[in-house]
Amino acid sequence: MDAIRMNNITKTFGTTVALAGVDLRIRVGEVHCLLGENGAGKSTLMNILYGLYRADSGDIAINEVPVEINSPKMAQSLHIGMVHQHFMLVESMTVLQNIILGNEEGTFAIDYKKCRERIEVLEHLYHFDFDLDAKVSELSVGEMQRVEIFKAVYRGADIIILDEPTAVLTPQEVSVLFRILDDMRNQGKTIVFITHKLQETMRLSDRVTVLRNGKFVQTVETKDMDPETLATMMVGHAVELVTHKGACCPGDPVLEIRGLKIFSTSENTINLTVRAGEIYGIAGVDGNGQQELERFIVGTERPKIGEVWLNGSDISACTVAKRKKLGLGVIPSDRHRNAILPGMSIVDNFLLGLQRNSRFSSMGLVRHKALEAYAESMITAYAIKVSSERQHISELSGGNQQKLVFSREVGLDPVLLVAAQPVRGLDIGAIDYIHNQLLELRDRGQAILLISTELSEIMEMSDRIGVLYKGGLIVERDADDFTVEELGLYMAGGKGA
Amino acid sequence: MKPKGTFNLFARRKDWESLWYSLLAIVFSFLLVALIMLAMGYNPINAYAALFRGSFGSVYAISLTLCRSVPLIFVGLAVGFALKGGMFNIGGEGQLYMGGFTSAVTALILPQGMPVFISLPLAILAGMVAGMVWGGAIGLIKAKLQINEVIVAIMLNYIAQLLTSFFVNKYFMAKGSMTPQTEILPAGMQLPNIVANSQLTTSLYIALFMGVVYWFVFRHTVFGYEVNALGNNPSAAGTGGVHTVRTTVLVMAFSGALASMAGIFEVFGTYGRFIDGFSPGIGFTGIAIAFIGQGKPLGIILAAILFGSLQAGAMQMSLMEGVSAHIDKVIQGLVIVFIATPNFIRYLLNRKTR
Ligand SMILES: Nc1ncnc2c1ncn2[C@@H]1O[C@H](COP(=O)(O)OP(=O)(O)OP(=O)(O)O)[C@@H](O)[C@H]1O
Ligand SMILES: [Mg+2]
Repeated sequence: MDAIRMNNITKTFGTTVALAGVDLRIRVGEVHCLLGENGAGKSTLMNILYGLYRADSGDIAINEVPVEINSPKMAQSLHIGMVHQHFMLVESMTVLQNIILGNEEGTFAIDYKKCRERIEVLEHLYHFDFDLDAKVSELSVGEMQRVEIFKAVYRGADIIILDEPTAVLTPQEVSVLFRILDDMRNQGKTIVFITHKLQETMRLSDRVTVLRNGKFVQTVETKDMDPETLATMMVGHAVELVTHKGACCPGDPVLEIRGLKIFSTSENTINLTVRAGEIYGIAGVDGNGQQELERFIVGTERPKIGEVWLNGSDISACTVAKRKKLGLGVIPSDRHRNAILPGMSIVDNFLLGLQRNSRFSSMGLVRHKALEAYAESMITAYAIKVSSERQHISELSGGNQQKLVFSREVGLDPVLLVAAQPVRGLDIGAIDYIHNQLLELRDRGQAILLISTELSEIMEMSDRIGVLYKGGLIVERDADDFTVEELGLYMAGGKGA
Repeated sequence: MKPKGTFNLFARRKDWESLWYSLLAIVFSFLLVALIMLAMGYNPINAYAALFRGSFGSVYAISLTLCRSVPLIFVGLAVGFALKGGMFNIGGEGQLYMGGFTSAVTALILPQGMPVFISLPLAILAGMVAGMVWGGAIGLIKAKLQINEVIVAIMLNYIAQLLTSFFVNKYFMAKGSMTPQTEILPAGMQLPNIVANSQLTTSLYIALFMGVVYWFVFRHTVFGYEVNALGNNPSAAGTGGVHTVRTTVLVMAFSGALASMAGIFEVFGTYGRFIDGFSPGIGFTGIAIAFIGQGKPLGIILAAILFGSLQAGAMQMSLMEGVSAHIDKVIQGLVIVFIATPNFIRYLLNRKTR
């Protein structure tokens, strides 16, 4: 039986055709993976299924019964749940309150005891393990995501849609997620899963549907597939992914971090130097100080102990604006929080961080012509899929937003680029392009600090690697002197070898 | 995972859509009030006809409408400016009292022999500085101490109103006057009338000019861009090199200066003196106007004229048709309710679909 049948779905936004006659069939009890390049229409298709958008034409059947889904409420009553990439939790409330929000037990007052009992039964069934009284704001990203998934289950979802759930997770958290999803499949739930990581598709899914440019390409059994074939289906022609990494010839020190204490409680301090023309990779499990390090370098937070030097001068006390002026480019790890102005146009978003740059402003006035020309050239160079530059950035697909941020930050040749999770949410082709861009920047003599929780990315890109553990840099070597296993051990805090 | 603390109801919608909302809200309110009038036994068509005559029916009516609109334009722009930066300036009332009072006293204290083209701008400037301080203080307290600007602003409203009242009663009371008010300003200091025998003065031009300035700031200046960015996503703005504390203070200071102009030009235009408690809640009406105008200068000016016309026409309506003059408040209130609800719903929806 088909849990979901979407026939001939078409959706246009203004002049953009997001979906052109897409068919999707998903069987009850399977894990179904949705693949496609950035902007292929995956999120749009799922948003239609969840009632957030209305399709222009086409029809939907759930469990073989034709339905019209006009709202998420309606989708929920059809036992469909969705976990978005950006969580919709009330951060100031507890896990328990968030789970029951909108589905409270009790007539007049909320019967917390009864809610708690119901939650505990489900928790046991699917092997979740929450601290129900913790505030959501205290949770890690992975935990928040699990709360979201659980919320869907609590509302009685039999079909669970996950839009790029692994993009924000560390490898460790990914394996926890997969265990949960395996569990849910065993309990007979149907799961639709969007990802750009083909290994995950291979590992988890029963079947795969590929979209390309808003069109349906094929639905196939995963066991008949391999990553290369899937990539070819996504892109439409054979893809050759190669990063051209030449020898590294570093110059003078650009970024120096001296005796920096990340957490006031941490025993270790950070000392590191990134030289011109090299990529310095910071490896580590998320939560060991990556975000704090990022903030200290960017300047949104000032270190209490330790100094940050740029090109031979101490910038520890400088404002963000000053650092930008000195040639700092930043790709923040949390794009939505720190890099994007969601209510503003694409052009306006290209200006962010460059608003005081003499190329784009003079005497306090914005130079619209120069800015628009710059935005246009970046959109072309990075193949950012937009329908117009006046469009709101929030209308772009996730991957295209990321490309915009990347191009903006590297476009003016920064002296130092801090790239935290630079390829988050990008498709394989775009990742390859961005990686090659990073290498090109390096070869042009720029210093790059790459902060990533993806071990493979760190290994592939870096010239030198330091491992961040509990706020300290516990080891630093040339990249070639590490094996993957060793690096993994250091990241777990082990090994004095 | 979404940025917190932004109050930005009108930043995300398309222009035609927001225009549509505003028009709908206005039409609905008029219809609903017509029903109320019917229920109360009045003829709404006649009542609205009288309202229209009273606000646009003659040169005098039009000038009365515009005269009422001028302070509303200033406060509407003030609230709109703050909202662009993600802040809610409910302190317009306090700012306009401080501005009006300071400029009136400055005008009275300055030596009589001083040429008007120096003393008048000086007096106006003094009032604007007072408004800036009164507004900027809110921004400073919010940015430095993370205290909600609404609470601070409400407190400051009380302080401003009572402080000016105290000073007028104690030190600046006009001789022989029964009501607490200052002496009438020197004739040269009073703005000239545009229409003879009306209260409409050249302050209208200044209000319209401020609308142009407002437009220019957000369309063309780096500062306007930074304010917009701050209102849109404060942490991204900070990462992008916007000085969040400084910009917060400046936004509230400029908003305060705009609001203070409402008071200043009531003093130099409409009344020719500072009168204790002269404002019938102009600062609060500014909030409604900013929302109806969707934060856009032209929208704000039109909304201010609409509210001005209601105030101007209500008297005629009550004289001719016996409908209470307070019905204009009902219409105003309903417009706000209708504007606020769909906006609020849209706001929630937008947060979800993000
Ligand atoms: N609200 C919207 N307004 C206008 N265009 C939109 C809107 N939502 C999506 N689009 C466009 O529709 C197309 C498909 O977008 P969608 O978000 O579905 O892509 P996606 O496959 O999820 O990509 P990604 O992997 O980058 O997340 C894109 O070109 C996008 O710009
Ligand atoms: Mg997407």
